[in-house]
Amino acid sequence: MFYREAGDYKKSYAEDSQTFPLKLDRYAYYALLLVAFLVVPFVINDYWAAAVLIPFLIWSIAALGLNILTGYCGQVSLGTGGFMAVGAYASYKLMTSFPELNILIIVLLSGVITAGVGVIFGLPSLRIKGFYLAVATLAAQFFLIWLFNKVPWFYNYSASGQITSPKREMFGFEVTGPSASAEAKYLFILVLVVGLAWVARNLTRGRIGRSWMAIRDMDIAAEIIGVNPLKTKLVAFAVSSFYIGIAGALFFSVYLGAVEVGEAFGILKSFLVLFMIIIGGLGSILGSFIGAAFLVIMPVMLKNIMVGYFGWPIDLAAQTELVIIGFLIMLTLILEPHGVAQLWRFIKQKLRLWPFPH
Amino acid sequence: MNDMNPDSYVTPDGRTIGGKVLEMRNITLRFGGVVAIKNITFDIREGEIRAIIGPNGAGKSSMLNVINGFYHPQEGEIYFHGEKRKPMKPYQIAKQGIARTFQNIALFKGMSTLDNIMTGRFNHMKTNFFLQMLWKGPAEKEEAENREIVEKVIDFLEIQAIRKTPVGALPYGLQKRVELGRALAAQPRLLLLDEPMAGMNVEEKEDMSRFILDVNDEFGTTIALIEHDMGVVMDISDRVVVMDYGKKIGDGTPDEVRNNQAVIDAYLGVDHG
Repeated sequence: MFYREAGDYKKSYAEDSQTFPLKLDRYAYYALLLVAFLVVPFVINDYWAAAVLIPFLIWSIAALGLNILTGYCGQVSLGTGGFMAVGAYASYKLMTSFPELNILIIVLLSGVITAGVGVIFGLPSLRIKGFYLAVATLAAQFFLIWLFNKVPWFYNYSASGQITSPKREMFGFEVTGPSASAEAKYLFILVLVVGLAWVARNLTRGRIGRSWMAIRDMDIAAEIIGVNPLKTKLVAFAVSSFYIGIAGALFFSVYLGAVEVGEAFGILKSFLVLFMIIIGGLGSILGSFIGAAFLVIMPVMLKNIMVGYFGWPIDLAAQTELVIIGFLIMLTLILEPHGVAQLWRFIKQKLRLWPFPH
Repeated sequence: MNDMNPDSYVTPDGRTIGGKVLEMRNITLRFGGVVAIKNITFDIREGEIRAIIGPNGAGKSSMLNVINGFYHPQEGEIYFHGEKRKPMKPYQIAKQGIARTFQNIALFKGMSTLDNIMTGRFNHMKTNFFLQMLWKGPAEKEEAENREIVEKVIDFLEIQAIRKTPVGALPYGLQKRVELGRALAAQPRLLLLDEPMAGMNVEEKEDMSRFILDVNDEFGTTIALIEHDMGVVMDISDRVVVMDYGKKIGDGTPDEVRNNQAVIDAYLGVDHG
């Protein structure tokens, strides 16, 4: 009844094409930002930060990245884990080689380096499409993991083969290292997430986003309009890898602190991010967040219910969790291939007309 | 009319047709041993509606594909605005001002009508990656300017009501119209239409014919079209090229073509008895 355009007049094309055309949506978004910045840091504790909030934010960045490549540009990638590893190792090498460098710059530079690597592995995309491209990116995944395992230079010749994140500060607050507080880590990542989501939205709403979607939907027609397919795909690979590299750098330096490459960035992580964007919604910024929230929060919730409430043994709970997630992925693919974001759009459409459906 | 020497001519309805926009000279296109186009020469002039007709498999679509760079002919030369054209990729040819529609609708199914037509403005939008990232400022301004041009196209084609509808959900006739809109948004110097009326009912055909004539009339756009409906072709086009088995068998005004014996033979068959 209150959720509709009536009375919310648009006076310019800019107003008409804004991200949240409805007032209510706009206010809800501002309220969410206020809560995230001003309320959550005061109530956050180590459990919530480590189990839910920080992984959710980091995986959101990765999902945004993959969604740009797969959801918007239509290039399927199974190399997400590998590219996250590039981001992680780039940040490690940068942190240890340039101890004076600010952590924010290190994280952004890691993204830039990953973007470069992404472009190289994106080159085959001019010739191969769909399933075959997925296999080519799978090769990237295995090659990169192998590389970081085999070349000791990447882990500074440490005996264990692990990389460990040194202590770094931002405005005098530690954000990496074992003694960093939950609030500092959370806020540091939150700023990056908000900035990156904003940039993703800007890129996908304009000329560049339309050229990505044109390549995704009908590459021949895109070409006769003037879209250069190779350049467009490589830009998508670069932007996507930039996001994924940042996610990898944060996952290693802020979240885990110490990383063994095969375990932290294996093929399962590639699938995890792919599932996130499938469940959340391909070609949707909101979908990336929904998908990440879903696959981060649901296992925690299921575990709490099954172990904490029903008192099941942990291994049984872990197996059941996999079954439930697998089932949900199948269900989404069959019932709503455009993911939860599409469901949300549908609900909004209904809400606009409520309570009179005609 | 077969005499190509005069620089301009006046149509029966009083429009003055200018010089050559595109000239195809002795084009031959082969796929392995199959010769799709055999030594064809014709031109398209400023402001005219030029039709390419012929039975199935005559090489009409191949000819359009040669014009916009999907195929590269083995022999022959293409002159665009008097200049010899080097072999180019389709997106480079698009930048020169040639737009087209497809026989089977090639819209961007996941995008709205508005976004589809906005994509047609791609070549006219210049803000770089970093300005796009920031959006506020030049990128937003450019978007609004181009939106205004797109809105004019939307008004022209009378598709205001479906502006924000995903094109996949539209009926066939409207999809064809949106595709025309996408090509028009590019403000092309030469517009190629590959069977714009295929699969339409009489009413939709009339609408589409009207749009084609209006585009030509209001914007002065040069149009080359392939069409199977002879009634439509003879009514709207200024000059017609007739192809059969990759060869040109006729070229001239609709009346000349209609009375051309080779054309009649190709369409009705030759009496072997």
